[in-house]
Amino acid sequence: MNPEIGHYALVLALGLALLQTVIPIWGAKVGDAALMRTGSSLALAFCGFVMLAFAVLTVAYVQSDFSVQNVVENSHSLKPLLYRITGVWGNHEGSMLLWVLVLAIFGAMVALFSGNLPATLRANVLGVQGSVGAAFLLFILLTSNPFLRVVPAPAEGQDLNPILQDIGLAIHPPLLYLGYVGFSVTFSFAVAALIDGRIDAAWARWVRPWALAAWAFLTVGIAMGSYWAYYELGWGGWWFWDPVENASLMPWFAGTALIHSAVVMEKRDALKVWTVLLAILAFSLSLLGTFLVRSGVLTSVHAFATDPTRGVFILAILILFIGGSLALFALRAPLLRQGGIFAPISREGALVLNNLLLTASAAAVFIGTLYPLALEAWDGSKITVGAPYFNLTVGALMLPVVFAMPFGPMLAWKRGDLAGAAQRLMTAFGLAILAGAIGLYLHGGGPALAPLGVGLSVFVIIGAIVDIAERGAVGRVPLATSWARLRGLPRASYGAALAHAGVGICLLGIVAETSWNSERIAGVKLGESFEVGGYELTLARVEPRNGPNYRDLVGVFAVRHGGVDEGTIESAKRLFTARNMPTTEAGIRTMWFSQLYVSLGEELPNGAIGVRAYWKPLVTLIWIGSVIMAFGGALSLSDRRLRVGAPRPAKKPRVIEPKMAAAE
Amino acid sequence: MTRKKRRLVLITSALAVLGVAAGLVLYALNDTIVFFRSPSEIAAEGTAPGSRLRLGGLVKEGSVVKQDNAHVRFVVTDGGADMAVAYAGLLPDLFREGQGIIAEGVLEPDGSFRADSVLAKHDENYMPKEVADALKKQGVWQEGSATR
Repeated sequence: MNPEIGHYALVLALGLALLQTVIPIWGAKVGDAALMRTGSSLALAFCGFVMLAFAVLTVAYVQSDFSVQNVVENSHSLKPLLYRITGVWGNHEGSMLLWVLVLAIFGAMVALFSGNLPATLRANVLGVQGSVGAAFLLFILLTSNPFLRVVPAPAEGQDLNPILQDIGLAIHPPLLYLGYVGFSVTFSFAVAALIDGRIDAAWARWVRPWALAAWAFLTVGIAMGSYWAYYELGWGGWWFWDPVENASLMPWFAGTALIHSAVVMEKRDALKVWTVLLAILAFSLSLLGTFLVRSGVLTSVHAFATDPTRGVFILAILILFIGGSLALFALRAPLLRQGGIFAPISREGALVLNNLLLTASAAAVFIGTLYPLALEAWDGSKITVGAPYFNLTVGALMLPVVFAMPFGPMLAWKRGDLAGAAQRLMTAFGLAILAGAIGLYLHGGGPALAPLGVGLSVFVIIGAIVDIAERGAVGRVPLATSWARLRGLPRASYGAALAHAGVGICLLGIVAETSWNSERIAGVKLGESFEVGGYELTLARVEPRNGPNYRDLVGVFAVRHGGVDEGTIESAKRLFTARNMPTTEAGIRTMWFSQLYVSLGEELPNGAIGVRAYWKPLVTLIWIGSVIMAFGGALSLSDRRLRVGAPRPAKKPRVIEPKMAAAE
Repeated sequence: MTRKKRRLVLITSALAVLGVAAGLVLYALNDTIVFFRSPSEIAAEGTAPGSRLRLGGLVKEGSVVKQDNAHVRFVVTDGGADMAVAYAGLLPDLFREGQGIIAEGVLEPDGSFRADSVLAKHDENYMPKEVADALKKQGVWQEGSATR
């Protein structure tokens, strides 16, 4: 297909987005139903044209159309088909187009699945959504057009940065964007409610599915990025507190707070202003993340884009949307009537604590990420805020969150019984101490905090199980009754318990990996052995291999444990010929939840090869736990009460807890 | 408790949490930030041994000496001054002579630098921002040469 078609589609989409910004909101203001209805069709058409543009670019990549500059700079005719496709978003222009595509898809979904929304709210939501789309399309067309041509067309492309040629990259950015951009919907809902000046518990019910979906995607996206860095960069680290990672963590903290505070708002009509603020905050931090990554303002492994004009443009978008929404918030928030009151010890109280600590964590990450930039702009001194800062602040703030996590769901709304909750958690507490003791017994050498961390993780995991068991009154009523009760529990309860258990599992992986991993750096000759984490590795052979667009030097290691043959690990040094750039292809062997990790270094003067090997106990739990968290989110999302598009009850929304209603 | 009292408890506890968080951030910032220095700056300022630094510059041509136990010595230069660096471990894939790198570690009493991590950027055309600035200051490097 002709790339100009893509360019033209983008221009048309921009026009549609501008119309979508103006017409529905105007319609809502003057009360014209026909004008309000245009929002949906405009959103769908906008989505169609952005899809067309994206398809055109993808085709250009697949066919290796080297008359398109973007393809020349980031692709190569010898590249496998999969990486020609993923190369579309492996660069600045393409990834911005993906960003807008995801935004357009979310907008279309709002248009399709929000038939039950009040007409004005719906029109305003689609209008705000359109304004975000217009701003970013303008950015693409003015500063980052992926459809620019080169004359004359070169015969061959420059290839994609080799570390980005990987299946992890194929799925990581789209997932992350589904998360980032998903929060645009909650943002649009918040701004729409502020424009309306009206907000109620139903609003929270409409927002929650979007927040949950965005949060679940973001969780998986972050986990995928972490795993990608772990095996692709060859350092064996899974989290570097790199500014780009922080950029995705900040909206995650805000989003996590949002999905919790929205529950309070939906069930108890409280925390309205706060929830609206969080919805604005989550997307603002997503925008900030986009700015940090896309403007090239940072020195970072991800900085494959450096061009100040883009930075200034995104900064302008950032100021417009964050400043505008916060100004609107300041203006309208006092109009929102506050609802139900509650005692400090209650489900609401626990969720407030959760929210405070999560937003404080987001703030700590924010300061640590931006302080070096601010200081450099201020007096030119260059500093790095590294892992120790983040470990200390985020660690200390998250510790109480995790500890309080099992208590929260045990407390009643409005006024809770802390002693009762503690009593019900005795089993979990006992098992936690046992697990900590086992950890101490198995690995006496590690840091003193390690058994405590193991105990805490087990406390959270068992606490989640106890929560479900308590809801089914397991052991207190006949088994059949319990079974019936458990079957009748809303899926959101299971989703919450699962997500909480996921946090515990993830924490267990983090604690075990950081406390008890072992590392070995050695120079190894053919036939020589070394030991790491109780495994004996022998360099059996070294052989060259050829791939489609690279050459490998593969080291094959025989693994033995306690005299038993455990197979082999292959680790490679890979040279991408187009850019003459080497990468490390770590050899990883998973044993239960633990991993043996081997990466090759360079040849040493005496003919040996430098080898870095790690034993990483329970490391896979970090990602398994994260995926379980996201799965919990998805399970909550599938709850009938929240399902997008479920018809509203004819009368007032069903009262969830009749007792509470009576008490008011 | 009355409505007012409850609100007071909530607000006080919220402020307490925020206070603790702010204290934590300030304490951690004071204790854990690492300054970036170029070899010329270290030479000019007489930076005290034992302090933790990020050292940036180009790997001097012909200075890399690899030892059999995967230890390596090399010299980092910014054109104005040199700094000898010792590092035990595997070098990043893009570590080469003439390449811009950042080494994080401790300044030894003998004036050399013991690095515990060495970073080279993951794109051969890309120069770490701090290194580029330090080199510009020394007049070694001009805009557009070898970078984009």
